[in-house]
Amino acid sequence: MKNNLNIVAYCSIKNHVVALNGIPLITKDHDLTFSEFSKEVYKELKMDYSKFFKMDDQCKLAILISEILFNHIKIDSKNKENIAIVLSNRSASLNTDRKYQETISNKENYYPSPAVFVYTLPNITIGEICIKHKIKGENVFFVSEAFNATLLKQYASCLFQNKKSKQILCGWIDFDDDQYQAFLYLVSEHGNRKFNQKSIKKIYNENIWMH
Amino acid sequence: MKPVFITANNIISPLGFTSEDNIIQIEKDKSGIVLQDNIGALPCYASIINDELLNSAFKQIGSPESYTKLEKMMMLSLQDTIMKTDFSISDRTALVIATTKGNIDVLNTKTSNFSPDRAYISILGEKIRNFFGFDNEPIIISNACVSGILSVAVAKRLIQNNFYDNAFIVAGDIVSEFTLSGFQSFQAISEKPCKPYSKHRNGITIGEAAAAVAITNQNNSKHSIQIIGDGSHNDANHISGPSRDGEGLFLSIQSAMEEAEIAPSNIDYISAHGTATLYNDEMETIAFNRAKLENVPLNSLKGYYGHTLGASGLLESIIGLHSMKNNMLYTSLGMDELGVSMPLNVIQKKKKAEIKVCLKTASGFGGSNTAVLFKKLTLEK
Repeated sequence: MKNNLNIVAYCSIKNHVVALNGIPLITKDHDLTFSEFSKEVYKELKMDYSKFFKMDDQCKLAILISEILFNHIKIDSKNKENIAIVLSNRSASLNTDRKYQETISNKENYYPSPAVFVYTLPNITIGEICIKHKIKGENVFFVSEAFNATLLKQYASCLFQNKKSKQILCGWIDFDDDQYQAFLYLVSEHGNRKFNQKSIKKIYNENIWMH
Repeated sequence: MKPVFITANNIISPLGFTSEDNIIQIEKDKSGIVLQDNIGALPCYASIINDELLNSAFKQIGSPESYTKLEKMMMLSLQDTIMKTDFSISDRTALVIATTKGNIDVLNTKTSNFSPDRAYISILGEKIRNFFGFDNEPIIISNACVSGILSVAVAKRLIQNNFYDNAFIVAGDIVSEFTLSGFQSFQAISEKPCKPYSKHRNGITIGEAAAAVAITNQNNSKHSIQIIGDGSHNDANHISGPSRDGEGLFLSIQSAMEEAEIAPSNIDYISAHGTATLYNDEMETIAFNRAKLENVPLNSLKGYYGHTLGASGLLESIIGLHSMKNNMLYTSLGMDELGVSMPLNVIQKKKKAEIKVCLKTASGFGGSNTAVLFKKLTLEK
């Protein structure tokens, strides 16, 4: 079965560097904590979105990377509404799960918070992107031991072939024990980069491991 | 596109360890929900699998000490399904796993005998893969409370597009202090067993279960169920609150119906989500009315099982399949007086009816919604 999907653009955030289509866009001091780093990127992007500061770190990462990608790709609101989102990671929401567990571990100091609990789901990252960009398309969150280019490619093809979506936002957004990696790419018929397992794996490796 | 069928299935729940045993209890309007006094700070209602029964069943296939409760539930469910399937595992077989929280109980190091790393869902996936010897890396879906039903759509789409010939799906979640305290912090837990769509509903009851199905592009049985359409759309509205206009659920249903090329009048039964929170049931009612499905007989099975999170969508689909085979509309347990703002045809008492097409829906945190349509085929001899 043939399809004509191509990569429109891709973005990565890792080791205090934000890169767009493989070119560093924002580079920050390595001594910054993620909280400081994310705030600086937020400022640099001139965002005005107070909800950002209520989010857990994984959602902050998702919001920043999707903002950069959508600043770069101009899509009208009608087409944007139908974008499908296919995200993945290794740790699901464990970074926040551990924080929530601490709030219920001690019976003398028991303070479960709905504001923390709601972030104990990996697909909240998709939900936050959808709210920010008014996207109502197809959603799925996959968990895998490592970035699975094959699965993301196959599933994006399924969504396109089954006429569920013409544009699919795919990627890997992981925040675990203060280590973070984000890699996001949009595929559609209109991109100019080849879309197959090899090409995705290649740009993922270049962006996640090289800087 | 190739037709895709759903065949063998299993449910592991307090109502029984096979789908058939579960159906026997549902026919008697029997619920697995009982008052529990050892999960959270205070006694509460929940539907929980007895550890001794689980371990004694698991002994037939493995060592109960080596696996967590969730792993045992999911492995038993998959084992029964594999035994009842007419194809064998090959490199063209996908293993699809759905869970909302996985082994979340291992994070409590005071009560768990397992390493906290067992909470990585990919480790759960590897345990299941290795136990049964699957060739392929598992495809794991963790998409809040739609995980179970979304896994059916994912498997069907991958098979339709020829990436696999068949798949085994297993979905599961446990009751833990983690999830219970979280829902309590939202004030979402009902004091009494949950009452979906009732005027007297005031929240969810939690439950645990595992469910498994086989999905294939081969249709070998006389009576088979085809998966004819699906959709999974986001509300783009709120991360925890249900949408006011039911947008994502409405879009999911429309997408499934367009693919299946059917009209609202072709749907004979809806297995809805019905968590029994005020806002969820209201949201669903609005979406079903927008989709012109308000007259279609509908039930929520949460009154039997509680809300089994990532397992619920698959478990409830299986009951839906048996409803179709038996031509029975089962009671929406807990329903007395309709308590939503628009019409809805909630099944008050079980009854016989010809069911050819069933719609299964679910909605969850993160604004997620999924709808899947199943159709019963009866082949000419």
